[in-house]
This record gives sequence, structure tokens and C-alpha cells, in this order.
Amino acid sequence: MSAVVELRGLRKAFRGHLGLGRTVAVDGLDLTVASGEIFGLLGPNGAGKTTTLKMMLGLLRPDGGTVRLFGLPPQDVAARARLGFLPENPYFYDYLTPVEFLDLYARLHGVPAAERKTRIAKAIERVGLAGRERTALRKFSKGMIQRLGLAQAIQHEPELVILDEPMSGLDPVGRREVRDLILGLRAAGKTVFFSSHILQDAEMLCDRVAIVFKGRLRAVGRLDDLVSHDAKWIEVGVRGAVPPGLPGETTTAPDGTVRVKVDDVGGLARVLAEVPAAGGEVVSVWPRRETLEDLFLREIGAARREERAP
Amino acid sequence: MRAVVAIALNTFREAIRDRILYLILGVALGLIAISRFVSLLTVGSEVKIVKDLGLSAISVFGLLATVFVGVSLVSKEIERRTIFTLLAQPVRRWQFVCGKYAGLLLVLAASNAVSGTALLVAVALKGASPWGLVPAIVMIFVELALLAAFAVLFSSFTNPILAAVGTTVTYVVGHLSWSFDLLEKRMPGAAGRALCRVLHAVLPNLDRLNIKAEVVHDVALPAGYLGAAIAYGVCYALVVLIIASLVFERREFV
Repeated sequence: MSAVVELRGLRKAFRGHLGLGRTVAVDGLDLTVASGEIFGLLGPNGAGKTTTLKMMLGLLRPDGGTVRLFGLPPQDVAARARLGFLPENPYFYDYLTPVEFLDLYARLHGVPAAERKTRIAKAIERVGLAGRERTALRKFSKGMIQRLGLAQAIQHEPELVILDEPMSGLDPVGRREVRDLILGLRAAGKTVFFSSHILQDAEMLCDRVAIVFKGRLRAVGRLDDLVSHDAKWIEVGVRGAVPPGLPGETTTAPDGTVRVKVDDVGGLARVLAEVPAAGGEVVSVWPRRETLEDLFLREIGAARREERAP
Repeated sequence: MRAVVAIALNTFREAIRDRILYLILGVALGLIAISRFVSLLTVGSEVKIVKDLGLSAISVFGLLATVFVGVSLVSKEIERRTIFTLLAQPVRRWQFVCGKYAGLLLVLAASNAVSGTALLVAVALKGASPWGLVPAIVMIFVELALLAAFAVLFSSFTNPILAAVGTTVTYVVGHLSWSFDLLEKRMPGAAGRALCRVLHAVLPNLDRLNIKAEVVHDVALPAGYLGAAIAYGVCYALVVLIIASLVFERREFV
């Protein structure tokens, strides 16, 4: 598959007030995103995600390194014609209606007048804003603005969709719809590059992720490759009599089920033998594997320890 | 070109949905209407008073519209972060600047057309032929177009307050540029004279675009004056717009 996004040695620092001080936002970032991938750029607040996205769009000039979209620099309008972008916490012209707003962006992409109406109606339908076509944007909630922003980003059928924190401001239903929309984009062969600090969404969506911290790449790859498949611990659900001295820590759920957290198969065997003998019942056995959140916290923790090390 | 047109139409739409423009236009129209009654207080030259007050109202309130709408054209897009999505589209930076400027010109043209028509009607109602006023109204538009280019330039790198100050200072200095000519003759030192000469040549000469007195008093303009003045205004505005585009090209959006 050909590379849609290529970042090589990307660096960006910002000067402080009155030119004093210097904050490194992105520090030698290398990334390649292939066509048709859903790629998640993950990191805590201030990790350099938005700065990276802005350099990808030509809104910021890198201090070093290169950005290539479809093999072209982002300053080339031919590259930007092939992408759609949703910024973080978007704010749009509040004096427009959704139809007027989308019409402006369709015009900027040179969508012929005959097609604009159909495309706009389709985009509005796709993001669940049907029936709100003539409402001024100043009356829109944050979630509705986010949806409209998505409609703007996809209405011209771009090959690459760049989304900065696309789930922010959305309720659970909205998040689910956006997830479905992103999966729909992949099904249609589009490439999606999004930044997020909501790991659950990234875990459900991404083919590959990159974890950045303080502008540096900490990990990149397929989730399956990054996350350990070995069970970290095993959670056993027990009802009825629970014998004393079981291995591992125990917690009681509101429904009365006792959850026993054992570290290994040996501990599990002891629980499975001792509970029935005491008159209790084992109702569930759940091996807990490493999640993206665990990986994320592991990488961020390691980065912090490296920073503190002399 | 399509990007410039789309941005211009959006800018125009934004301005006409803003109450401030109607307020400015309303006051200008009110002043033109009042000029009919003020003229009754004078002896003899009632039509001249209507023409003079009317053209001044169009000019001053046109300046207000240029400042109020123009100075926040670019900075508002940056402040509200609407520029992020706009410049992520296949839009070149200069197209954005030109689109904003063209939108402002549409606003000024519409406002000039409305207040200009009101003045022509007011003069016609006095029984005089209003058509001689048309060149003055056109020249007011040229002057405002030049100031609008400055408003866009200032707006492309500073905040609305500084941009408003800059545009207003340009207006004042532009109408006083003749004083550098005068100063040059009185300067004792060669360096001072050279500076005056440079300032006189470089600063916009807005008086060159002001033909209100000639029109009000029916003084004939030299042949070719209007064409040369329009060419001066258009060329100057183009240069300012090119500078604004170059400044904007360098900007980063944090």
C-alpha cells in the first residue's frame, strides 16, 4: 500500500512570551500512514498531537523535517484538495446555516453547482443533522457543531480524513455514531488519521497507533503487536461461600459476587479447587490482557522515568 | 478564482448579517435626509449644502464601515479559529486575503450604492440634476477601496484595535500628505527634505481621490484627471494587497 502521510524528523518548538524560553512541541517525529488505514495519534494533553496535525496541514511551519501528503508538501493545494479536516473544538461561522456552511466548503473544493445540493444533503444525513438544515449555527450545541464539522470534512469525498479529537464534546450516542462513520470511511477505502486521548475509541477503531509524549514517538505499530497477549492477571467470580485465605485480592460487587484477582494459573487452580470444597460456586473466569490504556500508561511512565534519570 | 469568489461572498454575507453595518448606513441615510432640512436654514445655495453634507456623510460613514468591518476581517478568523478549517482546504493564502478584500469591497459598493442613490434622490427632489455627483461617489468608493486594503493589511498581522488605529491614521495621514510637500520646501537640512520627499511619494495621497469640492461647486476637473486618480487608487490598493498577502503567507496559526 502506498504512503498517504509521511512525516520525517518533524520538529517544532515555540518561543515564550517576548521571545523568552523555548518549548519543544514536536521532537523528531517519524510516521508513515498507508492508504486505507485508520491511524490513531495518541498522547496526553500537551504531547504535541495538535501541533503535528497543524504542520501536516501547513498551518504551522516545521523547524525541521518534512511532511508529505500523497507525496506532496501540505502547502501544495493539490495535496489539500484530497483531504478533509476537523479541528479540535471547532468553531464555525455562526451566522450561517448548515447548508450555507457546507456550500461554502463545497465551493472551495470546486464541487460543481449541480452536485452541491445532493452532496450537502447526504453529508448532513450521514452525521445525523437532518431536519436542522436551516437552523443558524449560533443555535447549535457543541455536539452538533462537532457533527457538522465532520460533515464538512467528508462531504467532498476526500481520500484522507484528518480528525483532531473527533470524539470530544460528543455524548455516548454521538461517539458511537462517529465511530461508525469512521469505520464507514475505512470501508469506503479512505485513510483516517486522528488524534485522541480517548483510548477506548482508538482501541476500537485503529489499525495502527502511535503514542507520543512531549513531542517524541514512544511506540508505533499495530495494536496486536504493541499490546502483550499474555494474561496480566485472572479475575475469578465467586458466589456463595468464599473460603478464607484465597490467593490474590478479593472485592465484592454490588450483586454480592466476590471477584478474586489471581496472578497466574497456579492461583486459578487453587481457587477452582477450594471454592467448591467450601460450598461456593465459581461463576466466571476472565483472563485480563493488557489494554491500550495499560500500554499507554506504561509508555508514558517509562518516558517520565527516563526524563528523571540523570 | 473560485476560492476568492467563495470567500468574498461569505465575507459579504457575514457583513450584511451584522447589525453594525445597518446602523452605520442608517445614520448616513439619516444625515442625507436631514441635509434637506439643514439646507433650508441657508440662503441661496440649498442644493450645494445638500450635495456637500450628503457626500461628506457617504465618505465619513463609508470610512466607519471600512474600519468596523475591515479591521477584524482576518483577525476574527484567527481569533475564532475558523481559519484552521478554511486554510486546510485547497485555498492559497493570497486567495484568502484577496477573498476577504473582495468581500469588503462588495460591502462598501453596496453601502455606497444605497447611500449614493439616496443622495441623488435628495438632490433631484431639490429640482437640481444629480448626475454630476456620480463621479464624486465613485471616487469616494475608490478612496474607501484603498483604505480597505490597508484595513486588510493591518488585520493580517495585528489585532482589531491596532488595525482600527492604523487604518484611521492612514486616512488622516493620507489627507495630509500635501503637508510633506510643504514641509519639504521649509526644511533646512537636505536629509529632512529627502525624508519629506520620500514620505510624500510613498504615503497614500487621498486628497488626489477627493473631488467633492469640485463637484459641489461645479468646478471642471482637468482632462484625464478622473482616470489617472482611479488608476492611482487601484494600483496603490493592489500594492498594499500584495504586501498583505506576503505578510499573511509568513503567518503561523498556533
